[in-house]
Amino acid sequence: MRSSAVRWLFLAPTLLILFIFGVLPFLYVLVIGFMHWNSFAADPEMRFAGADNFRRLVFDDQFLYSLWLTLKFAFFAVLSEIALGYVLAQAFMQDFPGKGFFRTIHTLPLVIAPIAVGATWRLLTVPGLGPLPYYLNRWLGYEFNISRYIDQAFFTTVVMDIWHWTPLVTLTLLAALSSLPKEPFEQAQIDGANRFQIFWHITLPLLKPAILATVFIRMMDALRTVDEVWMLTGGGPGAATRYIGLHIWRVVFPKTDYGYGSAMSLITLYLTIVMCWMLYAGLVARRDLKRAE
Amino acid sequence: MRYLRKRASASFGTVLFWILSSVITLVPIYWMFAVSAKSRVQLFGSPSLLITSFFTENYTGTLSDPAFQRYMFNSIVIATANAALVTTLALFATYALSRYRLPGKENLFFWTITNRMAPPAVFLLPLFLLYTQVFVVGDVKLFDTRIGLIFLYCVFNLPFAIWTLRGMIDAIPKELDEAAFVDGANTWQVLTKDILPLARPGLAVTGILTWVFAWNEYLFAATLTSVHARTITTGLAEFVTVTGTNWGRMAATAMLTLVPALLVLGLAQRHIVAGLTFGAVKE
Repeated sequence: MRSSAVRWLFLAPTLLILFIFGVLPFLYVLVIGFMHWNSFAADPEMRFAGADNFRRLVFDDQFLYSLWLTLKFAFFAVLSEIALGYVLAQAFMQDFPGKGFFRTIHTLPLVIAPIAVGATWRLLTVPGLGPLPYYLNRWLGYEFNISRYIDQAFFTTVVMDIWHWTPLVTLTLLAALSSLPKEPFEQAQIDGANRFQIFWHITLPLLKPAILATVFIRMMDALRTVDEVWMLTGGGPGAATRYIGLHIWRVVFPKTDYGYGSAMSLITLYLTIVMCWMLYAGLVARRDLKRAE
Repeated sequence: MRYLRKRASASFGTVLFWILSSVITLVPIYWMFAVSAKSRVQLFGSPSLLITSFFTENYTGTLSDPAFQRYMFNSIVIATANAALVTTLALFATYALSRYRLPGKENLFFWTITNRMAPPAVFLLPLFLLYTQVFVVGDVKLFDTRIGLIFLYCVFNLPFAIWTLRGMIDAIPKELDEAAFVDGANTWQVLTKDILPLARPGLAVTGILTWVFAWNEYLFAATLTSVHARTITTGLAEFVTVTGTNWGRMAATAMLTLVPALLVLGLAQRHIVAGLTFGAVKE
C-alpha cells in the first residue's frame, strides 16, 4: 500500500533538480574557493591555493565592511517590516468599507520586479529629476542627495526594502492571525486584561512560530539582495551600500577574481546558513515541544 | 482578532488610516507612471507630480518594439512553466516530508531551503560554464534557452514552495489519508482526491508567489541568456543602459511589466491570505 519506494519517488524530482542546478554549481564554487584563479592576473591559470583565499578574507577590510553593512541592512529592514507588517495585519483583521480594495493596494509592491523597484526609487530620489530631493529642499530646506551622503543612501535602501517587502509580512501575519483560536482572547477579556496584556501574553506567544517563519524567509532574502540596490545606488556613494551580494558580484565580474569571490561566497553562505539555522532550530524546538505535550 | 471587532461600522479614523497608508504605498508607483507619461523635456526642471498631458510615445515606442514583445513572451512562458513545475513538485515533496517516516527528515527539509540562501552572484560563473559547456547535447546547449531558466528558477523557488506548503499539508489530518487507504485507495488517489482539494489555497498562493519570483528574476536571466530567451527584466535594464538613461521609456516598460503581474495577483486575492502559513504550525 505505502511502500518505502513511494516516498523517494515523490521526493526524487525535487532532489534531482536541486542536485543538478543547485549542488553541482555549489561543488564547483567549493573547488574554486581553494584555487588561485583570476583571468586578469599575471598568471591567469588556475592553481591550487590551499586556504589562501580564506586567510585573505579575514584581513579584507572591504569584505568585512560589506558584511557588516549587509547585517545592518537586513536587521533594520526585517525588524521594521515585522513591526509594520504586524500593525497592518492587525488593522486588516477589522471590518471596514473597501477592505479588499485596500488589501490589493497594499499587496502591489510585492509583484514589482526588484530591478523595477530599484528603478522606481531611483526616479524618486535622483537629484534634478526626482520629486523627493526637490520638495525636501524647497519645503524644508533639507539637502537630500543619495549619491553624496552615506547615511541617506543607506537609509533609502532600507526604506525601499521595507516598501517592497512589508506586504509579504503583512499577508503572512494576517494569515496567522486569522487562524488563531478565539477562546484565549475571550477568556482574557472576561478576566479584565487590557490590550497590552492581551498582546504581550496571548497574541505574541501564539504568533511566535509565524513571526519566526517570516523573519526566516525575509532574513534569507534580505541577505542576498542585489538587483534593487544595484539599480538604486550602484553600491555607492563609495562603498556605503555595497551589500555582500553586490560586493561578490564586483569581485567575480569586473575584477574576475574567481577564486577569491568563490571563497567569499562560501563564507557568506555559511554565515547565512548558521543564522537561519538558529531561527529554524527555534521553530522546530517549538514544534517538538508541542508534539511532546 | 475578532475581539477587536466591537462594532460593524468602522470609524472615520480607520478609513483615513487606510487612505493615508495607501497613498504612501502608491507614491513610488504613481511617480513611475508620471515619468512614463512625460516627454524628456517635461521631466527636467522642477519635477511636477501632476500629469498635464499624456505623452504616449513612451508606450507606443515600447509596445511596437519587437524586442519588447519577445522579452514579454519569454517572461510569460518561463514564469508560468516554472510556477506550474514548482508547485507540482513541491506538492509531491511536501507530501512525502509530511506523511512518511524519513531518516533525517528535518535536515532534508532544511537543506532544501539552504538552496535559496546562496549569494546569487558567484553561482553565475559555474552556471554559465555548465550551461555553455557541460549541459550540451550535440549543438543544443542549455544556454540561452527558456527551458534552462525554467529549471534554474526551481533552485530558489522549490525551497520557498516547500516551506510555504509544509504548514498547509501538515495541518490536514492524517486520519483522512488513513481512512482513504482503508477504503482501498492508492497513494496517487489519496494525493489527488483528498490532499489536493484541501491544499488548494496553499497551492494557489505558492503558484502565484513562485510565478512572481520567476517573473522578477534578473541576475541569472541576464547572464544565462543572450538573444532568444531574454526576459523582460533584462530588457528593463537594457533600456536603461543602451539608450543612455531614457527614463520615460524605462518607466513605461516597468509599468507594462506590472500588467501581467497584476492579473496574476488579481486571480489570487481570494486565496492569498488563507494559503500563507509558511510552515508555521497551526496551534
